[in-house]
Amino acid sequence: MSTLTARLKRIIAIGLTAVSFSALTAQAQTVNLLNVSYDPTRELYREYNEWFAQQWRAKHNQTVNIRQSHGGSGSQARSVIDGLDADVVTLALAYDVDALRQRADLIPADWQERLPGNSSPYTSTIVLLVRAGNPKNIQDWDDLVRDDVQVITPNPKTSGGARWNYLAAWGYALKKYGSEEAAFEFVEKIFANVPVLDPAARGATNTFVQRRIGDVFISWENEAFLAVEQLGRGQFEIVVPSVSILAEPPVTVVDANVDRKGTRAVAQAYLEGLYTDDAQRLAGKHFYRPSNPVIAAEFSDQFPDVNFFGIDDVFGGWDKAQNDHFNDGGHFDTILENIARNR
Amino acid sequence: MTELHTSAQATPVQLDRAAQWQRATEEPQWVRRTLIGIALAFLAAFLILPLLVVLVGAFEQGLGVWYAAVTEPDARAAIRLTLLVVVIVVPINVIFGVTVAWAVAKFEFRGKPLLISLIDMPFAISPVVVGLIFVILFGSQGWLGNWLSAHDLRIIFAVPGIVIVIAFGTMPFIARELIPLMQQQGKQEEEASLTLGASGLKTFWYVTLPNIKWGLIYGIILCNARAMGEFGAVAIVSGRIRGETNTMPLHIEVLYNEYMFTAAFAVSSILTGLALVTIAIKSTVEWWEQRTGATE
Repeated sequence: MSTLTARLKRIIAIGLTAVSFSALTAQAQTVNLLNVSYDPTRELYREYNEWFAQQWRAKHNQTVNIRQSHGGSGSQARSVIDGLDADVVTLALAYDVDALRQRADLIPADWQERLPGNSSPYTSTIVLLVRAGNPKNIQDWDDLVRDDVQVITPNPKTSGGARWNYLAAWGYALKKYGSEEAAFEFVEKIFANVPVLDPAARGATNTFVQRRIGDVFISWENEAFLAVEQLGRGQFEIVVPSVSILAEPPVTVVDANVDRKGTRAVAQAYLEGLYTDDAQRLAGKHFYRPSNPVIAAEFSDQFPDVNFFGIDDVFGGWDKAQNDHFNDGGHFDTILENIARNR
Repeated sequence: MTELHTSAQATPVQLDRAAQWQRATEEPQWVRRTLIGIALAFLAAFLILPLLVVLVGAFEQGLGVWYAAVTEPDARAAIRLTLLVVVIVVPINVIFGVTVAWAVAKFEFRGKPLLISLIDMPFAISPVVVGLIFVILFGSQGWLGNWLSAHDLRIIFAVPGIVIVIAFGTMPFIARELIPLMQQQGKQEEEASLTLGASGLKTFWYVTLPNIKWGLIYGIILCNARAMGEFGAVAIVSGRIRGETNTMPLHIEVLYNEYMFTAAFAVSSILTGLALVTIAIKSTVEWWEQRTGATE
């Protein structure tokens, strides 16, 4: 019994030593940068961070250590508001970035005008992913309202990506049928075809790809490429609709944080670097559309021409779109109620 | 034992009666077989099968891929952080558990039932709520947010926050193990020790601790396993900074969400391995204790 207590003592001693050691770990002579981003940008920023660190060291003879945090766009914004020490945020939609201003005053009102292209160094769009050979012959948005087609999309209430999906379909119908009522009816028909409404984009991808539910998956273009290239070569095809929304995932320096930490210069250079030719090519390589038209032309095989519309033109900006469609009592709630009643 | 021995040497009639008496206390053969069968089937379906899935998934693409996945810097950092948290949280909860159990079992005071119920609270509250509680407390919009940022202290989205939510979530394990044990043992031995002139600390070390050590070890093992595996609350306060505030369970989720299934299973296999090591340590200690106990 005394041997046991002796052993316990020794274990506790080792534990305490380990704690004090880790507490003493000295801070390295580097500048730290934290980029809070959303889910699908991981590979892009892993490569870009290496490139940027190299550039910065060459120019300023200083090591920059870039740390990444990825998650759902909305919840990542929430974490920054609650004190996650982001120097820059690179999120899925302007609405989430703007929350940093509305709820915590971390960035100025004109944040989106500080960098070119509404502060979106790369763009994406919404496409349709179908199973190999396109067995249901899905060519455009109109095919999603057919009775024999099952559609997979995450829930616009919780997923930023799903809001793009919804607005893309709405914008198409508005253009084609000319009235808000017709667009409402069109989107309602699409959601009536949705068997599972996942809370987040990655979950919906898994529903379509791993669980093999549904005939067509409304997806970010970069996610769709990822599914085609990485998850199942030859199992899926991308169908680019005739009209789709221009998705602009914006970036910004978090002013309150960089001013406190004294990292503004490097944070700003980090975001401006995203517009260089090298970084634009990296974006294209990771399936985002480069915002620089010259570099975009190099990827024209990869990205077919789409007739784009922007969120500002059709919906009057994110605030209005959010308010009209996704907040409580908005169009999407009515759609869900109608569907529940008709079932 | 001795009585049974003598009865076996007695007359055949008595032996037969003894055998009948034995049978009456046992279930029929088929009942036993069915029960054992059900237990084994459950074990296979809910324990062995998932364990196999993890191992197959982890080593599917060979040892090299597995090794690369678990030695990748982010994975190493996640493993390191998880072990660091365990090393901090378990001693804290040992001290807390022993103190509380000691107080509850050996003393009478007002509000004791309330204290016992409060100890169980971390089990009753959903981990997500636990995480949110600490965000509301320590977040920059929270009650202590201004004070913390004025003093440049970081609690949530940093290691202290992770330690706090895990310590909170695993708080009851050791106390819960010790309270019934110490209540059952009563306080006569301690009273004897004290009346014989031993100091309070000596009494604890030589009388109480040996009596409760199995409960304590079992509590430590449960606390340890839970601390390594805690997910929900950590997910909220971690901030998910790669290589910094991702514990192993979070890192596994990240990998899974990034379609890196093999890597996710590889890291899972490490977590599972740590759990198996914990169980192995427990068995070894038991075996060791029995052996040394027998020779003493």
